[in-house]
Amino acid sequence: MNTPLRRVGLTMLAMVVLLLANATYIQVVKAEDYRSDSRNQRQLLYEYGRERGQIVSQFGGTILAQSSKTDDRLQFLRKYRNGPMYAPVTGYYSWRYGSAGIERERNDILTGEDARLFVRKLSDLITGRDPRGGHVQVTIDPTVQQAAYEAMTSRGFTGSVVALKPDTGEILGMVSTPSYDTNKLASHDGKKQERAWASWNCAPSAPSCNHNNPMRNRAIQETYPPGSTFKLVVTAAALEAGMTADTPVESASNIPLPGTTGVTLENFAGATCPGSTLEQALAYSCNTAFAKLADELGAQKLRATARKFGIGMDDLQIPLDVEESHLGPLDSSAVLYQSGIGQRDVRLTPLQDALLSATIANDGVAMKPQLVKELLAPDLSTLEEFEPEELAEEPAFSEQNVEVLTQMMIASEANTSGEGKRSDLTIASKTGTAEHGADPKNTPPHAWYTAFAPADDPKVAVAVIVESGGDRGLAATGGTVAAAIGRLTINAALGEG
Amino acid sequence: MNRPLGLAGGREPGAATTNPGGAAPATRRGTELLMLAFAAVILTSALVLVDANQEQELTLAIVWYGLAYLAIFAAAHLAVRRWAPYADPLILPCVAVLNGIGLVMIYRIDLALAERATQVGRDFSGVAPRQVMWTVLALALFLAVLTTIKDHRTLTRYSYTAGLVGLVLLALPAVLPSAISEVNGAKVWIKFGFFSLQPGEFAKILLLIFFASFLVSKRDLFTVAGKRVFGVELPRARDLGPIIIAAGVCLGIFVLQKDLGPALLFFGVVLMLLYVATERFIWVAVGLTMFGAGCVLAYTLFTHVQQRVANWIDPLETYDDPGGGYQVAQALFGLGTGGVMGTGLGAGRPETVPEANTDFILAGIGEELGFIGLAAMLMVYLLLGMRGMRGALAVRDTFGKLLGGGLAFALVMQVFVVAGGITKLIPMTGITSPFLSYGGSSLLANYILVALLLRISDAARRPQPQSRPRAQQQQAPIAEAHTVMVQAPSAGGVGGPGGHAPAPPPPPPNRSGPATYPGPGSSGPTGSAPANGGQPGSAASPANGANGTGSTESDNTTDSPQGTEGEWKA
Repeated sequence: MNTPLRRVGLTMLAMVVLLLANATYIQVVKAEDYRSDSRNQRQLLYEYGRERGQIVSQFGGTILAQSSKTDDRLQFLRKYRNGPMYAPVTGYYSWRYGSAGIERERNDILTGEDARLFVRKLSDLITGRDPRGGHVQVTIDPTVQQAAYEAMTSRGFTGSVVALKPDTGEILGMVSTPSYDTNKLASHDGKKQERAWASWNCAPSAPSCNHNNPMRNRAIQETYPPGSTFKLVVTAAALEAGMTADTPVESASNIPLPGTTGVTLENFAGATCPGSTLEQALAYSCNTAFAKLADELGAQKLRATARKFGIGMDDLQIPLDVEESHLGPLDSSAVLYQSGIGQRDVRLTPLQDALLSATIANDGVAMKPQLVKELLAPDLSTLEEFEPEELAEEPAFSEQNVEVLTQMMIASEANTSGEGKRSDLTIASKTGTAEHGADPKNTPPHAWYTAFAPADDPKVAVAVIVESGGDRGLAATGGTVAAAIGRLTINAALGEG
Repeated sequence: MNRPLGLAGGREPGAATTNPGGAAPATRRGTELLMLAFAAVILTSALVLVDANQEQELTLAIVWYGLAYLAIFAAAHLAVRRWAPYADPLILPCVAVLNGIGLVMIYRIDLALAERATQVGRDFSGVAPRQVMWTVLALALFLAVLTTIKDHRTLTRYSYTAGLVGLVLLALPAVLPSAISEVNGAKVWIKFGFFSLQPGEFAKILLLIFFASFLVSKRDLFTVAGKRVFGVELPRARDLGPIIIAAGVCLGIFVLQKDLGPALLFFGVVLMLLYVATERFIWVAVGLTMFGAGCVLAYTLFTHVQQRVANWIDPLETYDDPGGGYQVAQALFGLGTGGVMGTGLGAGRPETVPEANTDFILAGIGEELGFIGLAAMLMVYLLLGMRGMRGALAVRDTFGKLLGGGLAFALVMQVFVVAGGITKLIPMTGITSPFLSYGGSSLLANYILVALLLRISDAARRPQPQSRPRAQQQQAPIAEAHTVMVQAPSAGGVGGPGGHAPAPPPPPPNRSGPATYPGPGSSGPTGSAPANGGQPGSAASPANGANGTGSTESDNTTDSPQGTEGEWKA
């Protein structure tokens, strides 16, 4: 009877070995899958069980996001200062819907998981303190952000405002409207999160849907036809190609599109250009002149200059991912004509449009836009400080053309209507009125305004886009709709708002 | 005790235990005490870790639990010293480790549940103190078993009683109204006001006793070959009867109770007993075929079985279904989060898994102690099972072998069923982890089980009375020692169902004291005569040979206790 007993013993051994093998599979091979499954609340409870770091402004240390202790199961509640206003910057932190913005891109620092915080964590274990997350200091200037956001929302505009510091690339303001309240997504109440999420994410075609993608960060995730603001790039390319402000250019009210029959490209309102030089063409935003210029310069030169402004970078991170701005295929004269006035397939993000002005303001050198100024440890010591970084290898244009372009933009500003002009401040700007949609002539255009100021010593560069004409419908222009908002933003940035 | 797991067999090897002079062999109680102290150290460190990780001050609770633990196992140890001095020294420490870790986990889950309860403003009272209370009760039962059952063979006298009571206990919850028997859909409880019991846990042991005893008395029948089909000797159909009926009744009751875990366990143990008793693999084949057919049948008949299988194939897929894979998925999440090293005791979220402190306690251990901790627990179970099996191999009487082997196998099989269910190796069935899980019935029953294992291992190593003359031992009787085991305790002669013995040949007169011979304990063994007669060469099994061929020395070793008694008694 002992032989079968021994075999039973072996069977017992085999059963345990089987269990061990399977446990190895579950706990080693598949462990990561199970750990990161969205329905596994352990990581979440762990994250919410420690104090997540703050998101603060570099200006006066204004706290944009912080965690505070609560009594419920998720111990810390994320709270945002003026959620909708800062939503494009901070993003949200939701246990149902994940995270976005800085909350997502700098999660390691905020949770304290970052390797640089590890030594501190060990010491925390010994000293028994609550392990806390590090802090992220953002470049945003609350004054600028608030002025731009309120300027857009008080008018009920859909669109975006971006303000940059030209010499460093620091993003002083990044507004997207309409916006959403990040606090609702941070709520510990799942139902509340669900309702909020559903109200912002219905299909726009649905009859009950009365929003316009509020969770979209238009400043960096959306690209628009830049319209006449793109003429800055064409002008820069022309100057680099040897032209001057006084070079005569086309001034006809309309010109036929090459390779087509009867299709013409015309100036705004079908008017003949009031001037015949490059400077005047930019000041009056004459379409025919820039269409021909673009064709004369050719795709290669246009692309090269555009690249130096940052257009065509598909991997830009601020550290949020930025949608690629691009020129589209410039494969025929007709396409070049239309692309020269920022139509056809040319698409820029509002951030890129601000970068056009910023590059000119910074003597042709495009600085990499940055949203994070510093990463801080829980005890506020600096972990990492961001240095200004050049975006292109060489300037977009030579030094002698800096002044020429600036003067042209000052002249353009002089021809631009809209409120908010100040006699004591010289702004260099360019407006744009971009057609879009399936029926461009009958669709209210996007209104653009890009500018920097003061013109002689630039401190801020901005871009404003108001989608689909704002409150002026088909009659909207960059000057009448967007310029006022841009000037308000500039004033706020210069501390004289 | 130099061999690692006891698989090597029953005979003690070294000179250490060979004791021609007749001095008593080492009881090895010292080893047991040392290992128990080690278990106490583990428990204390674990409790301290829990409190530290839960960011609490070291509370008095720790001291209280620690002292209770020490008192319980000190008492158990002293009892073993007194009443089973030659018992295996590792069995009790294994139990101590498992019980201790279980207590720590239950305490730790209490803390988490209490915290959750405060958050929603509810009252919560932990179950850890109750578990301590249950352990004390279990200890009392343990002592009772050790003191009343001085010789495991006396149990054969009550085999039919045990079988009947076992069946009744098993059937009782299924028959009783749901109000007092159903918890979470499984009708396996009997609720008494403030506490409830799962009679099935006790039925497990009682039925095991019955089956072991029954098989010992009938094993010759089962070894008689029936027809040969395709070169395989089938058992005779009528011999299958009783076992099929018994197994069928038990399985039917389990199915009615919608609790498949015990059914699986029970069936496995019956198969194992049949196989060991008959030494014929055909029983396993027949049993497995029946089991397969039963599975298919159950799957087609019962939706809850289908649900369990779906949950097993992909618990994440059926995560949101009612009765779906939520629980298993949560266990897997816990195990995955724990990874190899675990989150640390007290630093995980084991309470996220429903039934965290009962059926799913191994998931919590896997989460907080990681694969390492889980593997350690499984190894302790294996060690416990193997030590039990070792006792069964060493003991000389057939009933002891069957009972000991069955109990050891039942323990490991139960671990396999529950751990396999948690780790998605097999479909999840409701069953507890012996000694770890919270629950009175499970603890009480498993302490009885361990007391029996200790009793059997004690019998295996207990030296014979030294007055015994070095009789002219012949190898053959020793070789078949198990079949000749007699010496029912003096009272054994009366009242036993001796009629079940398969017409044994008349005993040699020199052995047949009226008190010793046809007693129930002896019915089976003596009934083995046909086998003996048929194979006079005594080559019945190599194991027997191994036991028997030890010449006189083997006889002299401490491990040859009861079986030869009939010989020298003459």
